Order: sequence, then C-alpha cells, then structure tokens
Amino acid sequence: MINFNHFKNKIMLKKIFSIITTLVFSMNLMAQSPVNEVEMADAMRTNGKIYVVVAVLSVVMAGFIFYLISVDRKLSRLEKEINNEKENK
Amino acid sequence: MPVPRLPILHETIRNMNYHVALWFAMFVILTISVVNAVRYLIKPVAKFDHYSVETANAGILLGLLGVITGSIWAKFTWGDWWTNDPKLNGAAVAMLIYLAYLILRGSLSDEQQRGKISAIYNIFAFSMLLPLLYILPRLKGVDSLHPGNGGNPAFSSLDLDNNIRKVFYPAIIGWTLLGLWIASLKIRIKTIEEKIND
Repeated sequence: MINFNHFKNKIMLKKIFSIITTLVFSMNLMAQSPVNEVEMADAMRTNGKIYVVVAVLSVVMAGFIFYLISVDRKLSRLEKEINNEKENK
Repeated sequence: MPVPRLPILHETIRNMNYHVALWFAMFVILTISVVNAVRYLIKPVAKFDHYSVETANAGILLGLLGVITGSIWAKFTWGDWWTNDPKLNGAAVAMLIYLAYLILRGSLSDEQQRGKISAIYNIFAFSMLLPLLYILPRLKGVDSLHPGNGGNPAFSSLDLDNNIRKVFYPAIIGWTLLGLWIASLKIRIKTIEEKIND
C-alpha cells in the first residue's frame, strides 16, 4: 500500500516537474524572441532605412522654411519702414 | 521610381537626390557668387555686390543643409554622426570660411570698402572651396568614405543607374533654381531698401 502510494507520488512529481519545465522553457522562448531582434534606433533601420531619407528630407524642408521666414521678417520690416515714411510725409 | 539595391545603403541611396544634389547646387550658386564678386571688382556697382552676397547666402544655406543631411546619412550607414573623413572636415572648414565671409561683411560699415574687401575675400573663399571639397579628398593615400574619393569607386559606375539619374539631374537643377530664387528675393528686398534710403 505504502509502496503503491509512493509510486503514485512519483508519477505526480514527474508530471509536475514536466509541467514546470515546459513552462520554464516556454517562458525562455517567449523571452528569447525579442532578445534576438534587439537593434537600436529601430525605426531608422526598418523598411530599408527609408526613414533616414524621410529625416533628411525634413531637415532640408526645415532649413528652407527657416530661411524663408527670415526673408519674410526682413520684408515685413521694410513694409513697416515704408508705412512710417508715408505717415511722416 | 525604383533605385539600385545596395547593401548597407538600402533605400538611403535616395539621399543622392537631396544630399549630393544640394552640394552640386551649392557649387553652382557659389560659382555665380564669385563671378559677381569679380564683376564688382571690375565695375564697382552696388548691384553686383548684392548679387554676390545673396547668392553666397543661399550657397551657405545649401552647404549647411548638405552637412546636416550628410551627418544623418553617415549615422545610419557609416555608423557615426561625424567621421574623420577628409571630405567632411574639408566641408566643415569651407563652411567656416564662408561664415567668416558674412562676419567680415558685417564688421565693415563703409559700403565701398565692404564691397571691395568682401569681393576679394569671396574669391579667396571660392578658391579654398575647390581644393577642400574636390581635390584634397581625392588625393592618393587619403582615406575617404565618400564614393569617388580615396580610391573608392564613384557612385556613377556602380550605383547610379538610369532610373536614379532621371531624378538626380532634375534634382540638381531644382535645388539650384530654388536657391537662386531665394537669393533673387533677397536681392530685390535689398534694392528696394536702397531706394528708400536714397
């Protein structure tokens, strides 16, 4: 009787052990998939680095817009000057 | 528009139409600037001085954009924002020389003097630009990551296929015209300013 129970316990233990090992292994697998994909600056390197081109294009746009705004401000100053002169006359 | 499929570069080969074309356009515009500087020295009319300065301004804008875009491109293909590439350092020095041109102009108040000195400096700056960007990086024994420099093959044979050429050449013309248009806006503003002050 005791012997049989002992045998049963052993099976249970084995079952529990196997479940735990499967769990541990599957956890390991889940953890591993992102580990393999670690690469920094992700967005810039995905899709054939197309976002580098996007960044370059936005820098160029920003540069031109910045310069054009400065031209605009110069023009506004000139307009003000003309208006002031008209008032003075 | 399909582009050549190349390792490391991937889609960034499309930067040709921005980074490289901007430098080409800058070179055209700065050439116009130095031609007008010479014209001013031959015949000191304020008009030529305006042409020279404003085209130089536009050229500096394109050059600075070229440096920044090149830096971004370098980060994701060569692995760093700034490498000790002779062409990069040459471009940085050339840009500093041209920025000094603007500072020199700002420091002189007399119009005649400013026009003459800055025109002479413009010629000097342009003659520095040539070796810094086009000759020094191409010398034998110089290591440059830029294609066509330091023994590297140029883009032309390997990577520039006819599809990218269809965009690249119009892009050069487009950036040049955009720069010249902005320069012309500023020239017109200056002309009006002068008329008011008279």
